[in-house]
Amino acid sequence: MGKKILTEKINIPGIREYDVYRQNGGYKSVEKALKEMTPEQLVESVKASGLRGRGGAGFPVGMKWSFIDKKSGKPRHLLVNADESEPGTFKDRYLMEFIPHLLIEGAIVSSFALEANLSYIYIRGEYMFVFKILEKAIKEAYANGWLGKNILGTGYNLDLYVHCGAGAYICGEETAQIESLEGKRGNPRIKPPFPAVSGLWNEPTVVNNVESIASIPWITLNGGEEYAKIGIGRSTGTKLISASGHIKNPGVYEIEMGMTVDEFMNSDEYLGGMIDDRPLKALIPGGSSVQILPPQYIFKTANGDDRLMSYESWSDGGPVTGSSLGSGGFIVYNDTACIVRNTWNLSRFYHHESCGQCSPCREGTGWMEKILYRIEHGQGTEEDVDLLWDIQANIEGNTICPLGDAAAWPVAAAIRHFREEFEYHIRFPEKIKNRNHFREEPMEKVRQLLVK
Amino acid sequence: MERVIIKQFTQQVNITDEVMARIGELTSHYPEGKQKSALLPVLHLVQDAHDNWLSVDLMDKVAEILQIKPIEVYEVATFYSMYNLKPVAKYKFEFCRTACCSIRGAEDLMDYTCSKLGVKEGEITPDGLFSVAGVECLGACGYAPMLQLGDFYHEHMTPEKIDELIENCKQGKVEFYSE
Ligand SMILES: Cc1cc2nc3c(=O)[nH]c(=O)nc-3n(C[C@H](O)[C@H](O)[C@H](O)COP(=O)(O)O)c2cc1C
Ligand code: SF4
Ligand code: FES
Repeated sequence: MGKKILTEKINIPGIREYDVYRQNGGYKSVEKALKEMTPEQLVESVKASGLRGRGGAGFPVGMKWSFIDKKSGKPRHLLVNADESEPGTFKDRYLMEFIPHLLIEGAIVSSFALEANLSYIYIRGEYMFVFKILEKAIKEAYANGWLGKNILGTGYNLDLYVHCGAGAYICGEETAQIESLEGKRGNPRIKPPFPAVSGLWNEPTVVNNVESIASIPWITLNGGEEYAKIGIGRSTGTKLISASGHIKNPGVYEIEMGMTVDEFMNSDEYLGGMIDDRPLKALIPGGSSVQILPPQYIFKTANGDDRLMSYESWSDGGPVTGSSLGSGGFIVYNDTACIVRNTWNLSRFYHHESCGQCSPCREGTGWMEKILYRIEHGQGTEEDVDLLWDIQANIEGNTICPLGDAAAWPVAAAIRHFREEFEYHIRFPEKIKNRNHFREEPMEKVRQLLVK
Repeated sequence: MERVIIKQFTQQVNITDEVMARIGELTSHYPEGKQKSALLPVLHLVQDAHDNWLSVDLMDKVAEILQIKPIEVYEVATFYSMYNLKPVAKYKFEFCRTACCSIRGAEDLMDYTCSKLGVKEGEITPDGLFSVAGVECLGACGYAPMLQLGDFYHEHMTPEKIDELIENCKQGKVEFYSE
C-alpha cells in the first residue's frame, strides 16, 4: 500500500459531513497556519514540498504563489479550478463529492498564504450535484467559524464561494475561467499579464487545481520537506489517477509517484490488468490532450528503462516516444478499439470546444475533424493522412492558449504510432463500415492485407 | 453546432419571490458593482424554473435584474452548451460519447435508446417527454457508459437499465434536481 495523503480518510463513514470531518482531524491545518505561521512561511513550505500543479501543466505551486502581486495593495484572490473537463479526467470530482471539506480546508490555508480575502471555487456546470455538496460544506464551514470575519480570532477574513460554469471545456484554461467568472464568454486572454498580476477583475489571482489545493493541508501539517520525501525526483508527493477504458478496475486511485506503470496497470490493488484479458493496444496516460502511446512505449521508455508514474518518466522520449502525466486521466485501449475512430472522436471534441478566437485553432480543429470523419467513414484518400499531419503541425504553437496544441498532439501521435490503421481505413473501406469492426477483426488479423 | 437565438420561441416569464431571493443571494457572492459575475449561476437558476430553457424575454429579464445589457446575456447564453435556447424535452437523456465512453459502448447504447423511444438524436418524442443527445466528456469516464438527466449522472448503463429508467420517468419517479 502506498502512502495516502488525499484519500486517506475518504472512506470514513459520514466524512462528507462537517462533524465527522472535524472529529477526524479536519481543519487542523487552518489552526496551525493562522495561529502559528506567516503567509511567507506557508509559501516557503509549499515551495519546499516540490508540489507541482495537478491540473495538467505541472507548474510548481509554491513558485506560482510567490509571483502573486502583494505590492500593489489590490485585493487578491485564489481561484480553485474545478472545471475538470479533460476527457479521461474525473479525479477532482471524487475528492469534492466524497470529502468536500478537504478542499475547503486547503482553500482557506492557501488563501491565507496568498493574503486573499475573497476566493472562489469554479466548478463545471454539469457537476451540479457536486456544486450543491460544496455549497452545503461551505455553509457548514461558515457556521463553525472557519470562514467569514476574524477567523479563529486572528483578524484574518475570508469569504469563499462556489461558482458554477455552464458547459465549456475551455473554461478550464485559467484566463478563460477568469473571464467566465466575470460573467462573460470563456475566451482566453493573451498572457502576459499573468493572472498573478492581473486576474479576476484585473486583480492579482492565483488559479490552482482542486487536487493541488487539497494537498495543502497535509503539507501544512507535516511540512514541505516531509512531502518532498514522498515520490521520486521532481515528481514529489502522491497523484490521483483516474483510470478508464478496457481495464478490470476503472476508478480513481491515489498513488505515490514513482510506481512502475506495470504495477499500476497489472496489480490487483490497482487496475487489475485488461478486461477479458484481451491484448493492450494503446494508452493515453494523462488526459486526452497528451500523446497516445503504443505498447512498446508504455511499460518501458525508448531507452529500455522502466516507465514510472511520474512527470519525468512519462515525458521521457518527448512527443516521439514519450507522452505526459498531464491531468492523470489514464485511458486504456485494447485491440477492439479503433485508433482512427478515437482520433476523430477527440478532434470532434476539440473542434466543439474551441472558443473560436484564433483561426489556426478554430479552422484547424474543424478541418481535422472533417478529414478524420472522412477516413473513419471509408471516404479517405492516401493524401489525407499527410494533410492531417500538416494541419496539426500548423496549429501547434500558433494559438493564444494551449487548446490548439492539445488538439494537435493527439492527432500527431496517432499518426506517428498507428499509421497502419489509417491506411487500413483508406484502403479497405468495405471492412470498416461497422463502428465495431475491430471487435470482429482486430488489426492483428487484417495486418497482412496491408502488405502491398 | 451553431447555437442561435430564435425569437419565435416564447415562454411565460415568471420570476417568483423565491427565485428573486436566490438571485439576491447569488449576487451577494461578488463585490459591489460586479454583479455581472452572477450571470452564469443566475441563468442556471432561471432556466431550471422555466422548463429548462431560456427565451429572449427571460434573458431580457435577467439583464434587467443584473443591470447589464441584453446582448451581454445573449453572448453568454449562446456560448455555453448547458443553456437551452428553445423548448426541450422533459427528460433529456444526454449521453457522453467522448473517447472513454465511446470505447465502452456509448454510441451503441445511444442507438438502442433512440430506437426504443422511436426518435433520432436531437428529436423530441411527440408527447414532449423524451429526447436523446450526445454530449462531450462529463467526468465519469471510468463509469461508462453513462448519461446525464437533470442534475444527476446515471452510470454503468446497460440496455436493461435504460428500459428501467424510461419506465421510471414515465411514472414520474425520477429525481431531477438535487437539493
Ligand atoms: C484547454 C485547457 C483546459 C484546462 N482545463 C483544466 C481543468 O479542467 N482543470 C484544471 O485544474 N486545469 C485545467 N487547465 C490548466 C489551467 O489553465 C491551469 O494551468 C491550472 O488550473 C493551474 O492549476 P495547477 O497549477 O494547480 O495545476 C486547462 C488548460 C487548458 C489550456
Ligand atoms: S487556441 Fe483555440 S481555444 Fe485557445 S484561444 Fe485560440 S481559438 Fe480559443
Ligand atoms: S469520456 Fe465519457 S465521461 Fe469522460
